[in-house]
Order: sequence, then C-alpha cells, then structure tokens
Amino acid sequence: MQSSTLLPSIDSFTNFPQGLLMNYAPQRGVFDEMLDAAGSLRPHWREFGARLAQWRTTDYEARAQSVQRLLRDHGVTYNMFEDAEGASRPWSLDMIPLLIPAAEWRMVSQGMAQRSRLLNLILADLYGPQHLLAAGLLPPALVFANPAFLRLGSLPSGITFAPTVGFDLIRAADGGWRVLADRTQIPVGLGYSLENRIIISDVLSAEFSAMGVQRLASFYDLERDLFRSLSPLKRTSASVVMLTPGPRDPTYFEHAFKARYLGFPLVEGADLTVRDRQVFLKTLDGLRRVDVIVRRVEDVWCDPLEQRSPSLAGVPGLTEAWRAGNVALVSGMGSGLMESQAFHAFMPSLCEHLLGESLLIQGVPTLWCGQPQQLQQVLDDPARWVLKRAFPGEQRLTVFLGSQDPVESARLLNQLRAEPHLWVAQEILNLSTAPTWINGRLEPRSLVWRTYATQGPEGGAVMAGGLSRVGGTADQQVIAMQTGALSKDTWVLADGPVDTFSLLQDRGVVLRPARPPGGVPSRVADHLFWLGRYAERLEQTARVLRMVLRRFTGEGSGLQSRELQVCRAWIAQLSLAPEQPTQLESTEAMLAEIHDLLGNAQREGSVPNSLNILRFNAAAARDRLSDDTWRLFNRLERDAMLPPGPLVVSTALGVLDTLILDLAAFSGMQLENMTRGHGWRFLEIGRRIERSVAMLEFIKEASGLAVQDDAILTPLLEVADSTMTYRRLHFSRPTLLPVVDLLLLNEINPRSVNFQFYNLSEQTRQLPQDVDVISTGAEQEQADLLINSLSALNLSSFTATDEQTGKAIREHCAELVLAVEKLSNFITERYFSHAARQQV
Amino acid sequence: MHYRILHRTAYRYEFPVTVGHYTARLEPRRLPVQACPWHQLLITPEPTVCVVRTDAFGNLTAYFEIEGAHQEMEVLSRSLAKVKRSQPSDVSATPPWEMIREGVFHPANSPLTAAGDFAFASRLIAPSADFHAYAASSFWPGRPILEAVCELNQRLHEDFTFDPAATDAATPVVEAFARRRGVCQDIAQVMIACLRSLGLPARYVSGYLETIPPFGRARLVGADASHAWVSVFCGEALGWIDADPTNNLLPSDRHVTLAWGRDFSDVIPLRGVTLGAGKQKLTVSVDVEPVEEEE
Repeated sequence: MQSSTLLPSIDSFTNFPQGLLMNYAPQRGVFDEMLDAAGSLRPHWREFGARLAQWRTTDYEARAQSVQRLLRDHGVTYNMFEDAEGASRPWSLDMIPLLIPAAEWRMVSQGMAQRSRLLNLILADLYGPQHLLAAGLLPPALVFANPAFLRLGSLPSGITFAPTVGFDLIRAADGGWRVLADRTQIPVGLGYSLENRIIISDVLSAEFSAMGVQRLASFYDLERDLFRSLSPLKRTSASVVMLTPGPRDPTYFEHAFKARYLGFPLVEGADLTVRDRQVFLKTLDGLRRVDVIVRRVEDVWCDPLEQRSPSLAGVPGLTEAWRAGNVALVSGMGSGLMESQAFHAFMPSLCEHLLGESLLIQGVPTLWCGQPQQLQQVLDDPARWVLKRAFPGEQRLTVFLGSQDPVESARLLNQLRAEPHLWVAQEILNLSTAPTWINGRLEPRSLVWRTYATQGPEGGAVMAGGLSRVGGTADQQVIAMQTGALSKDTWVLADGPVDTFSLLQDRGVVLRPARPPGGVPSRVADHLFWLGRYAERLEQTARVLRMVLRRFTGEGSGLQSRELQVCRAWIAQLSLAPEQPTQLESTEAMLAEIHDLLGNAQREGSVPNSLNILRFNAAAARDRLSDDTWRLFNRLERDAMLPPGPLVVSTALGVLDTLILDLAAFSGMQLENMTRGHGWRFLEIGRRIERSVAMLEFIKEASGLAVQDDAILTPLLEVADSTMTYRRLHFSRPTLLPVVDLLLLNEINPRSVNFQFYNLSEQTRQLPQDVDVISTGAEQEQADLLINSLSALNLSSFTATDEQTGKAIREHCAELVLAVEKLSNFITERYFSHAARQQV
Repeated sequence: MHYRILHRTAYRYEFPVTVGHYTARLEPRRLPVQACPWHQLLITPEPTVCVVRTDAFGNLTAYFEIEGAHQEMEVLSRSLAKVKRSQPSDVSATPPWEMIREGVFHPANSPLTAAGDFAFASRLIAPSADFHAYAASSFWPGRPILEAVCELNQRLHEDFTFDPAATDAATPVVEAFARRRGVCQDIAQVMIACLRSLGLPARYVSGYLETIPPFGRARLVGADASHAWVSVFCGEALGWIDADPTNNLLPSDRHVTLAWGRDFSDVIPLRGVTLGAGKQKLTVSVDVEPVEEEE
C-alpha cells in the first residue's frame, strides 16, 4: 500500500522506467498539462507522477488492457452500427486522467456557471422580445441568417432553453482556459464521462482514492432533480422520458446508459403521440402522460408537422404541445442557436449588458466575417486564419487557409467574399498537450476538455469533471471522437474533503429510487419479441452446424448420404436459401457452406447475420435488460467470431460450443432475472414461436427419410438436445415413432413442440387486452388451435415403416408451421403498430 | 373590393388513418389594406382539438388533430375579405435600393430587425451568384428600389412560361429558374432569390386572386387555385410593397392575402402528418367571388 504522504520529488519522476518519459517532449511554446516550461512536473501532478513512477512498464500494459477489457464488457461504443459488418466500434479511453487543481477548478466553474446563465438569457431574449437586436448588441444577420434560429412563434414565459450546457474548453499557450464551443442543444458526453469515471476509478483505484478526486454523482443527481422540476404540471412524480433517434445514432450507448442511470424510460419518436396538445407514451397498457422530454433528437427532426418532413425520429404536434405549455423539453426547440461560434465576438458585451458583469472566461478569439472590418482583416492576411462555418449545420468545416493550395484557397476566399456572414475566422490555436499512453509510452497529445453546467429556474451547478479528449495522432488539430480522438477521465482535485456520495454502489444500481417503471412501450415489446425469436434462431442454427461438424471429427466418418440429405434440408431451411441439392453433394461443399454460414454477415440466416439482428433488437430494448445480460451480448459478439483464414473444424466447434453456452446463459437470465411483466412475456412468446417452427421443420425434413433409414434420427435427437432423454426413456436405438412422440407430443420435454404450444397458450392468455379492440382473443384462440391440431395427430395409428407415415407427419408439421406463423402475425399486427407516418 | 372566398381541400386515403395532426393557414390576415370580418373553418371528420394561434410571422394558424379511423378528410375554409390597396404613386420617388440593403446588414445605421428576418437564405430559397447575375442588370447603383423591382417583375414575367406541368410543389427554386418555367410559386420564389442575392429583404405571400372577374375585366392567371406573389421591403417610410411577377403587376384590390413567410414552406395552406394512409388523392378547389360592397 502506498502512503499518501509519499514525498513527491522530481527525482522520483525521473526514475520512470527507462524510455517511458525519455521521449516525452512537449512542443516548445505549447502549454503542457504535466510539465512546465523547464520540464519539471507541475505541482498538481507531483503526487500522481510519483505514483506513476512506482509502476513498472508491465503495470502500464496491464492497466491499459484492463481499460480495454472493461470497455468491452460494459459495451461502451461509439457508432454501434456504423460498420457494415456489424462490429461495433469500442469507445477509446486513455488511462491517464486529466488533472485539474482545486484553485483552477473554482475559476473555471465560476466561469461556466456564469456562461450557462448568460446563454439562457440570450436564448430567452432572442426567442422572446429580441431587445438585443433592437439595442444593436447583436447584428440581425447573426440571428436571422442562422438556420439554427427556428421561427417558433410566441412561447410561454419562463422556459429554460438549455437546462444542461456542455462547454468545450481549450488551454491557450498562456495557460488560460478559453471556450472553444458551447453545446446548448444536445450536450453529448455526460454518459461517457460517467462510464469513463467508473472504469478509470476501478483501474487506478489506489491513485483515485488517495488523490482526493471530486465525485461526479451529485451532479447527475442535481440534473435529474432539475429535469423533474421542469414538469409544467408541477406533479410530485413527474413523468420524464429520454427521446433517442435509436440504436443507429452514434451516441446511442450514452442515451441508453444515461436513461438507465437517471431512471427515465428510453423512448423513440414512434413511442410518443400528441393528443389534445399533450404528449403521451404509447404502452401496452394504453397511453401514459409525459411531462418532460429529455431529447437526444435534434430540434429540426423533432416534429415532422412543423420542421423537416416525415421523420420517424420525431413526434407530430410536439412543438404545439410545448408551445401550449403542456410538456417541457430539455433542451428547448431552437436552443442550438447558441452553438454558433460567431457569438464569441459578442459575448463580452452581452455579458456586461445582461448580467452587469464582465465575462469571466473568454471564448477563443473569433472574427465574424459578417462585419466589413473583420472580413478585411481576414482578407489582408489569410494564412493567419482558420476558417469555420459561422452557423451550426450539416457542414462542420474547418479550413486552415495557410495550408491550402492556391487554387483551393482562392475558391474559398471567393466564397467568403460572396457570403461573408456565413463564416468566422479564428487564429490558429496551439492547444495544450496532455500525457497520453500510446504504444507503450507517454506522449503529449492536444487536448480539449468538455465540462457541463446545469441551469434551472433556481440556479445551477457545474460538473467537477467532464469529458476530456486528446488527438488520436500526434498532429491532429481537430479533436473529435468521429475522427479517432481518445477520451480521458477528468480528475478535479479537492483541497478539502471530497463529496463521497458514491457514484454507483454496484454497477447499474441507482442509489436513489427512480419513479416506478412505467408501462412497456409497444415498440420495446416488438424488439423483445424479435430478440426472443433471434436468440432461439441463433441457437438452433448453432446446434445444426455443430451436429454436422462433429461428423467430421474424432471417429466420425463424415456424413452418410441420408444424413447429408437431411442436413442439407435443415441448412437450407435455416439459411432461408432455396434448396440446392447438387451444391452440397461433396464434403468440401458442405464445409464451405458451413464456413459461409459461420462467417458471412451479409448472408441472411448466417450466424453473424442473426447475431447482428439480435444485437440490434437488444440495443433497442437496452433499458429493459440487466447489465449482466448486456455484458453477455457483448461477449456473444466476440465469442461467435471465427478466426480469419480457412475453416478449422475443431476451432469452429469450439466457437459453436461457446455460442450455445452463451445463449443458454441468456435464457437462464431471462428465466431467473427478469420480472414477469409484459416485456418478459413478449420475449418468451418470441422464443417459443421460433422454437416451435424450428422443431417442426427439423421433424418435417427427417420423418420422410427416417422411414427408410432410422440412422437419421440420431442427428435429429442431437439438434433437439433430447438424446439423453430418449436414452433414459427407451434404452434402445432411436426409432421413428418414439422419437416423433418425444419431440412433437411429449408435453414435459421442454424441447417438444407441444411444450411450446402449451406455453404459448398460457402466455397469450395474459397479454394486455385493452389495446385496439379489433381482434380480442384471436391470439388465444390461435394458440389453443395449435394444441388441438397437434393432439389430433394419432401416432398409434401409424406403422413405423410405412411410407404413408412419413408423408402424414411431414404434412402435419408443414400445416402447423403455417399455423404458428399465423399466431406470430396476429401478435405483431395487434401489438406492434407498423403504420408508416406520412405527410399530406 | 369585397370577396366571398370558398377554399375546399379534400383527401381520400387508400388505408384508414388512425390519427392525423394538421396545421392550416387559411384565414385571411387583418391588415391596414385588408379586412376579414368573417371566417369559418369546417373540418370533417370533426377534430378532437382545433386551436388558432399567431405564428412567428403573424399569420393566423389553425392546429387540429383528428382521431379515430377515417379514410376521407375535408377542410372547407369560408371567408369574407375586403381589400382596398392603393398603388404607389411614384416608383421613382422610392429610396435607392442600396440604402435598404445597408439597413439590413448594419443595424447601427437603421435597425430594421423585422425586415432582416426575410433577407437571408431560407429552407427553400438559397440566394446565389446566378440569381445575383440575373437581377443585377435591373439594379444599377442608386436606382430607386421600386423602379428596379418593377423592372425585375416585368423581366421575370417575360422570361418565364407559365406551365403547371413543368414543376410541382417540391421543385427546387434553382431548377425552376434554370428551366424558366413553372407556376406562381416558382416565379415568386425565383424573384425572392434574386432580391435576397442583392441583400434585399423579400417575403413570400400566399393568397388568392378574384376568380370570376366583373364584366369587362380580364381573368388573371392563377385564379383557379391559391396564388403566390412577393413582397419587397422598401424602407421604413414605405414599408412592404407587393409585386406579382406571374401577372406583371403591383397588386391592388384583386389580391387577397392569406399569409406570408420566408418561402412556401412557412405558409403551406394545409399541412398534415398521418399514421398510415397509403396512397392519397387530393382535390382542391378555390372560388373567390366579388360581392356587392354592402353589409
């Protein structure tokens, strides 16, 4: 155990393992967070530096690997579904935190508190009386030419436009912080900040506890209370939801994570509806009033009636409901206006005017070219400047005029002259650098620190921490996660006792109980239903592939021709491909086919393809699944990955074994850890429907052939996971009728079709009945019909060797498959609204 | 002139719609030159809620919701409007056009914040060098603004072929400009793009023309549906002056103003979002009939 009174000295720092700091050479003229101009540790780095000096190189590596492992296990991703192959992109996190000393923090926090007050006052004025324009404090073009300025009409008074604001701060060469950008609409990063803290405080637990780091939890707590207090109804239990564009949004991880942490349901546009200018959540039990929407959907996509047309992300009538004062929005519509960097030039005078104070922390020096003098300044010496679009929009452009070729430079300057009000110019900034663990050593990397402040009717708070980002490469000038930046935890050091209110007692456990969970949105039920179906489909696929591959190992002698025939039929069935008998005739062709089913994500019915659909549905229902379940899905993705190169049968078998066990773990969690609500019910129904279909198909294909050769029954029992059960019951080699009885009719075999049917009958009886009363009871009737139809099959009237027997079983199975799919359709039509939204 | 206006919009949907949200801008504006003593909006099926508010540009906007499965929807707007607008007496007595432009960009000289709202790119209209090049020949230095506007109005009228088949409501303004064809919406938006390219505030006006002219008066183009024209800011003394490039005239008492905005998307007469409709059939009819000037 390290003593926290360990004497920090430069000596101990230079004792760094050989090579660790030898190459740590900050650029001259650039502020380095760790070393001062003389190359000595800055005072607030001494203790941490001394601690680092105790580590051996292997300690660094071990910790870096722990960070990676935790990121994977927690499923922390950015752009989860961007990759066509479906592999999610893990979040990048550097283990070395950014350290901020207490005195500096006080200064920054005062500055940010002031700025969030100021930004909200400016927004309230521009969307209200517009005194600032009348008084000439802001030029009209800055507002009216700005696409982020929405024409909203008159709004209720007292709206807080930006309850949470994010600030990107950079440190200039003089050591002072400057505001690079304000994030007033959707301040991304609060979820990632929390996740970064959880991981780094775990990996560097000794350092974290010894150094007196300010905790983050109280900020999130304040934020939650603030959101609730914004409810226009002033109810004691405000109903707050978090609106996300869905799993394809790059920052979806954070939406789900934060929604769960704050205890708010995560919803998509289609889950909400406006009735009588009030917002409701569509649940399986009917409509539930919503008071506050924390939106992660940009305002222009929020309401297809008033903004951009038919977007599924939005809710028609939402703006009207907000204007009527029936719902609060976090952030308000139009709040993205203040993200325009052109405002930097006017902030000092606006601050004087609105707050009667001078601006505590300046923005980065910015010229708005809409003013002739400023434009001239840029045209006089273009190479000095970085050009950026003045207004937020689809094009986030940063042009270093000095490094353009003459033709391109002339073109840009022409654009600038034609529409100068669309551009701002900033002097080229030398961002400060922070030590970052890269390829086995520390390197100085350019730094941007995003911190956050809340602002409510009764004041606000600033987060003692935040999301720091450093360049992914040594010369990266624009730091953004989209372009490969790394994130860092931010440690604000306390000079007094730290607020020890623990962040998470245990992962996923919210200390303060949230509002009791509301009903299940029908969209979530839809995803859980398909999650159940795909988990089962994946398992069945894995079982068939494993059974076939086992024939190629040990004493197996490949496939006998009839076995081959049935396997071929099963595989065709699973992969939804038309049966191609000639193609799978040889062993090589069969192995190639299996290889494709294990590795080709583009192919429908393949393992990676089903896994992607499974993950998508799981992600869309993320806030309904436990952390352990989620961790399991993350593991599933890795476990199902086949190494590149030619197929090695034993490796493939290993992959399939693991996959089957992982899926068994998932069904175990479903069985043991999920409350028996409607969400669980739809997952269960999906699973039972899929298993019925798979079993019926297996039996259907096998029974016709089994009449001639009952060797086929061995693989059938194997894929049905009923080999042991059969042996226990019959003590003899498998024969057709007893096998069919076990797999089709036996109501205590959890793999049998009858078992699935009884289960479906029981679950459909408990489905909510008060949604659109078009087809009440149709699902129950259909489920009961399945049971009756199955019991009509009288096996004792068949003779095992009769051709007719095979045919009769085959036909009966085919009919039942259709009947099961009909049940599935009844359920999807009734409970999952798929009506498309249209503009008229 | 006094007009009785009947504007009917009917939708027939392929599949039943369970819920629909709509906005309508069908009520004539109250203006110094225009009165609207009576207006009625009849909606079938009956909406569960219908409220009227003033939008960001001062237009009367009705918001309504229709709940319950329906396959047909009809909005019948009936209004009485009185218009009395005098033509500007002397176009050459208007201020030089650059003065208006300066006022927009430099509020310190003359704060024209309301006009500034209409001076820049909007959702459907992006000013560009092409529009500027076309317009510039009418706007020589120091020319009185209205004189120049009238010439631009006339040139657009001459250069454009009125052709309902050439464009639809979604045709981008650059495309209509390239083809020199379109309907009143296109010609108005092209003129706005020209004016904004010069830095002048211009707004899009939606309204009606009299459909059945009194004996001896010619019927104007675009009278069988809703019409669109342009309004140009001519300085604080004169305010906004309307111009109709489709008919090459400055509107007097034959144009009824419904709403104005930056472009068509701000003033769409009827807009809605429905859940499940499939294909839809739209029928629109407009009647603007002069009535005796008596109450």
